Amino acid sequence: MGTPVATRPRESAPRQHRRRRSNVRPTSNKNWLGGAAGWIWLLIVVVPIYWIVITSFKSQSNYYATNPLVPPTEPTLANYIMVIESDFPLYFVNSIIVTLGAVVPAVAISFMAAFAIVRGGRGRFLKSVNSLFLMGLAIPLQATIIPVYLIIIRLNLYDSLLGMILPSIAFAIPLSVLVLSNFIRDIPKELFESMRLDGATEWGTLWRLAFPLTRPAVVTVAIYNGLTIWNGFLLPLILTQSPDKRTLPLALAAFQGQYSVNVPAVLASVLLTTLPILVMYMVGRRQLLSGLTAGFGK
Amino acid sequence: MTSATAPRKKGRGGSLGWLALPALAFFLAFAVVPLVGVLWLSFTTWDGLGEIRLTGLDSWHAVLDNPGLMHSLWVTFLVMALSWAFQTPLSILLGVFLAGRQRYRAVLAVVYFIPLLLSSAAIAITYKALLDPNFGLGAGLGIDILIQDWLGEPTLALGVVIFVVSWQFIPFHSLLYQGGVRQIPRSMYEAAELDGAGRVRMFWSITLPQLKYTIITSSTLMVVGSLTFFDLIYVMTAGGPGDATRVLALDMYKRGFQANLMGPASVIAVILVVVGLLLAMLLRRIGGGNNSDSQLEGA
Repeated sequence: MGTPVATRPRESAPRQHRRRRSNVRPTSNKNWLGGAAGWIWLLIVVVPIYWIVITSFKSQSNYYATNPLVPPTEPTLANYIMVIESDFPLYFVNSIIVTLGAVVPAVAISFMAAFAIVRGGRGRFLKSVNSLFLMGLAIPLQATIIPVYLIIIRLNLYDSLLGMILPSIAFAIPLSVLVLSNFIRDIPKELFESMRLDGATEWGTLWRLAFPLTRPAVVTVAIYNGLTIWNGFLLPLILTQSPDKRTLPLALAAFQGQYSVNVPAVLASVLLTTLPILVMYMVGRRQLLSGLTAGFGK
Repeated sequence: MTSATAPRKKGRGGSLGWLALPALAFFLAFAVVPLVGVLWLSFTTWDGLGEIRLTGLDSWHAVLDNPGLMHSLWVTFLVMALSWAFQTPLSILLGVFLAGRQRYRAVLAVVYFIPLLLSSAAIAITYKALLDPNFGLGAGLGIDILIQDWLGEPTLALGVVIFVVSWQFIPFHSLLYQGGVRQIPRSMYEAAELDGAGRVRMFWSITLPQLKYTIITSSTLMVVGSLTFFDLIYVMTAGGPGDATRVLALDMYKRGFQANLMGPASVIAVILVVVGLLLAMLLRRIGGGNNSDSQLEGA
């Protein structure tokens, strides 16, 4: 466990002796406690995931008859077929529409706001806009859900995809503006100056200078918001009613309520809804991880 | 898009305000107005469909005179405090471990972060089945202590919620700590090494103090975030057994959207906002000011 890997020069003998006596909480290379925690945590993460995968290939009767941790003797795709033949493709499309429909405008308008705040942040108006967004970070926005429900009803958008998109955009703004403005601030002033001397408008500077230079940050913010909205549960739960407007997480919960005895089918639905994100994770792990800590690590 | 098609504005400073308007409009409409609206709704009676009537302090009385509120506050506090106490040491430990540059640690990290990608609904559904006393993991491993009615016993159910929350979020926080540890200058450890400090000393006198801002950031996110655990608990226990896991956010939902009492639900929402703001301010005070840039300075 926690095999020590010697990347640094070997330590002197007396120190090694001392560590053996008190191997409570050493830090980097010979971090036994960390190593042990690391491998145990790996198990804790892997076992449920392994269990989801193998169980989703079991038949229902097989599930009740066999040991949960033993792979199925006769793997079946029946659960997957059942899920795909139900309304899941529709929920999938709904989720894509809501996610893209919210993320693209949210990132675009957040970028514009962040640009304005960085470039003209001395003005009183932009200063107060900035503090308003910062305040939004500290407030649990879920607490505003009842008036949001009321507003969506009054706009006649209840039980529509657009009704979920609009509040999602608003909830994404504070963090997006914070992260994007941090990155725009890093652009050297001279570049803005030379754009100005070339006679570029602020709008042109935004798209031709700031946007290309901060593209990684934009991708990061888009991924973070995309994941949040894709996995979002509360807004669809409260703002929709008909089954055909459901997004995936809500559909999962409903499916589980409906087929609670057919655990393998439920787990197949869990796996299928997670698959797109897992594929994204394989492809763009770095971007995704930096997306998840966007604004907190920076 | 090019500047040719863009609205013409003078390229001098000062005329930039309009760029912030779309974001401001959205934020006002769906965050600021609702924030004020929730306070207003807390003085009304509304069933979610019919007309909204101003009824003064009725809703506040209904909530404050009922022991349900204290119970929800207590459960929320328990979830917050216990999940913080469970996640923080483990996240620091794993973060320090992951900060090592060894190849196998990078591989472990790839696996660790998978729970971050799953929706709370998916996680809740999985654990619900996994913890089944007859067909779940306990029965599979044949370990008696794991064969419990996990979600049927009040204390166990609360423990399960805290564990599952940690399962979901420890990866995120260890990622923060990994970043924090990597920003600590090597030279500090080298200097301490010359002074003959051991690993344990180094952890307590260099790593931990240098992680101060990361700890504050991570704790703020954990604490304020724990106010909004809704989906996980809703799907996994629905607040049960009894009201054992009925946290504030769930209490708000149940009063509002299941019992159709939007007034009292709005009262709970106001309490949620106030508690969230107070906690954020408290943690900021402890941290001694703005931490978002100090963290960079530390590098």
